[in-house]
Amino acid sequence: MKIAGHEWDLASLGNHVWRGRIAAAELLAFAQSVKDEGGQLVALWGSDDRQLFPLSPGGRGAGGEGAGFAIHAAFITAAGLAWVSAELLADTPAYPDLAVIFPQADRMQRATHDLLGIQAEGAVDGRKWLRHGAWPEGSFPLRKDFDAEVVRELDAYPFIRVEGDGPHEIPVGPIHAGTIEPGHFRFSIIGDRVLKLEQRLGYTHKGIEKRFEGMDLATGAKLAGRVSGDSHSAYAWAYCMAVETATGYEVPERALWLRALFLEIERVANHLGDLGYLGNDVALSFGFMQFWRLKEELLRLSGRLFGHRYLFDRIIPGGAAVDLTDGSELLALAGRLEAEVRELKAIYDEHPTLQDRMANTGIVAPALAARLGLTGLAGRASAQAWDARVQFPQTPYDRLDVGMSTHRRGDVLARAEVRFAEVVESLRLIRAIVQGIPAGAIAVPVRVPDKVTEGIGWVEGWRGEILVAVRIGADGKLDRVHPHDPSWQNWPLLEVGILGNIVPDFPLINKSFNLSYSGQDL
Amino acid sequence: MSAGILMQLGQTLLAILLAPLLLGWTNQCRAWFQGRSAPPLTQPYRMIRKLFHKDAVIAHDATALFRFAPYMFFACMALAAGIVPIIANDLPFSPAADAIALVGVFALARVFLALAAMDIGTSFGTLGARREMLVSFLAEPALLMVFFTTSFIAQSTELPTIVETLAHKQFAIYPSLAFAAVAFWMVSTAENARIPVDNPTTHLELTMIHEAMILEYSARHLALIEWAVALKLFTYSALGIALFVPWGIAPAGDYAALPLAMGALILKMAGGGLTLAFLEAISAKLRLFRVPEYLGTAFLLAVLGMLTHFLLEH
Repeated sequence: MKIAGHEWDLASLGNHVWRGRIAAAELLAFAQSVKDEGGQLVALWGSDDRQLFPLSPGGRGAGGEGAGFAIHAAFITAAGLAWVSAELLADTPAYPDLAVIFPQADRMQRATHDLLGIQAEGAVDGRKWLRHGAWPEGSFPLRKDFDAEVVRELDAYPFIRVEGDGPHEIPVGPIHAGTIEPGHFRFSIIGDRVLKLEQRLGYTHKGIEKRFEGMDLATGAKLAGRVSGDSHSAYAWAYCMAVETATGYEVPERALWLRALFLEIERVANHLGDLGYLGNDVALSFGFMQFWRLKEELLRLSGRLFGHRYLFDRIIPGGAAVDLTDGSELLALAGRLEAEVRELKAIYDEHPTLQDRMANTGIVAPALAARLGLTGLAGRASAQAWDARVQFPQTPYDRLDVGMSTHRRGDVLARAEVRFAEVVESLRLIRAIVQGIPAGAIAVPVRVPDKVTEGIGWVEGWRGEILVAVRIGADGKLDRVHPHDPSWQNWPLLEVGILGNIVPDFPLINKSFNLSYSGQDL
Repeated sequence: MSAGILMQLGQTLLAILLAPLLLGWTNQCRAWFQGRSAPPLTQPYRMIRKLFHKDAVIAHDATALFRFAPYMFFACMALAAGIVPIIANDLPFSPAADAIALVGVFALARVFLALAAMDIGTSFGTLGARREMLVSFLAEPALLMVFFTTSFIAQSTELPTIVETLAHKQFAIYPSLAFAAVAFWMVSTAENARIPVDNPTTHLELTMIHEAMILEYSARHLALIEWAVALKLFTYSALGIALFVPWGIAPAGDYAALPLAMGALILKMAGGGLTLAFLEAISAKLRLFRVPEYLGTAFLLAVLGMLTHFLLEH
């Protein structure tokens, strides 16, 4: 596989996914060639391979005398998703700091250190990230030999302080008013103007990755879907795709269409909810009530047709759990929703105060977005034209001709505009799927392999690309699962996007990104 | 005289008792305009009752000021409700304060609330107090200008005289009052923490003005504040009625006119609440730094009202 003139030893896994193993020392050169080509780092995670058979014949640990750790990274390149792994020493696992090339690597590297003790050498920010004092320093929960000894110490986190006479510090959260996940925001302000915002996340760390270990494949799908509840279908599909790549069985085509249908319903429901929230945050409750009425109608129909309002556990390894018997109601609702959304958009467009609040608020300029790796919906609002459904379409998206909506302004309004466009496009997709879905079975039985296999799944969820990497052990149970949420890349952009804005605009800016806490806290 | 004092007490009590009803009515109308089912009319009463039954939680660092402020706030609003002619004009309390002093009474209440907010030293309290001061130092001059316009017409700053002039003397159309009325409405939304200046129903601490100041209050203190907030809205509405649609307010000593005055009050208040709810339903909250422009407009309109008075009505 050729990236920016360099030849790398990556093999195609199908579905626009490339897989390769490189030496840790080559990681920087690889990242640089991806960067030169205009690609991005998507995810970075580690694994404890000490008790595992060596995966590559020439790798360390052949013969089982202590293979070490591994660091994995997934990049978006022109050819698709490039997934590379590098093996690390068992006693001093370390790899070069990737944040110098891709700044979004910073928090992922810190989290990897907290969970596995793998060190990014030369990293500027060496602070902890996911560890809040629930396990002692120097103890790493994702290591296979982790002894779950719970400690409760106070989380002393060294925030970066703005020095001087004028600045005033406001700590917000982790507990917020309203139905919001926990996260701490430390504002340094002068008057109402924000000088600095620093986030402290990790309050919803549940040890999901540890929980996956030893789970059977079907139960794993349920857990994967619950990594971040608002992206259930995206996670469940990505997990199943990873399991299917690993085990090599073919899913019936009808099941893939059904999964796409669930994913698009999820996208519409979330976008409608967010558009309502954007109205609510500027005290325009009218918008809130209307968009949530539409969302509720969609949820109720989902509940009636598929047995669950949020379509939980409708995607299973091997296919889909529920079939679409009569799509006429869905067709009718999609048509009606589109008409109503267009009507509401006209109201939003012509509301002067609403427009004033959203325009030029929380700007993330395209150049900055590209440098820091802003992705997904927020990325598209800042001219980062990546959408896995468009550039790297899988069945059935390769037959649906998905339209991508982008914007250059990068403000709250742009993110709202992209949502409006995507709602309309997804409603079209829902209709196209209902009309074009092929007949056939909706699931095949899953064959559990008897050797160590691995796979990766990659789905464009409503927030951005959801990635799940899976390794299945020789016993047919899950050995290592890493779910990745686009919020990893996008949270730091919120810190930047707020700069120069005023404090009372923060909730609106935050809502326009609407990032997942649970998805990144894991 | 004793009848007058009885009337005075009656009016103040009426205001205190009816104030939550106006708030409940406004909330109900707003719910209808927003397309959702409304809470019952008596919801604010239930809220206050519930809060009075709770145990108060007070910050460790709070001084006596923090406990005292809600009582002060409530007392100021009760006093204001006594001064403004609500159903009867020229009551014994009325000479206690003229229009200018009334602005002072509102300001006094605000100062205590802002001090209490800063007293406990939370960042939200300070933030809210600071914003409240930003809003009020722009709103008060505009409110004074409105009073000056009406005072010029009545040749007095005494509220009973103004009401008497506008309601009874000679019926004339005052273009200046139209400007003053719009300015008064704009100032009222700011002073009462309503949309588009503040959002009374938000849960987002970072966007709050009034609510941020009272975040640390609970139980009976919060109940008093909530009640006083309702009373403030009621008093402002009564003030608007007295200045701009005073017809129906019973003249001094005319007890036979009281039933009519009561009916007129309820009708006018209902209309005012409906209008407020409608305007709130179609408006969004302004960006905080647009509030000075908004209140600047109110000030300008009030000044225009005064100029119009000199140009056209003199």
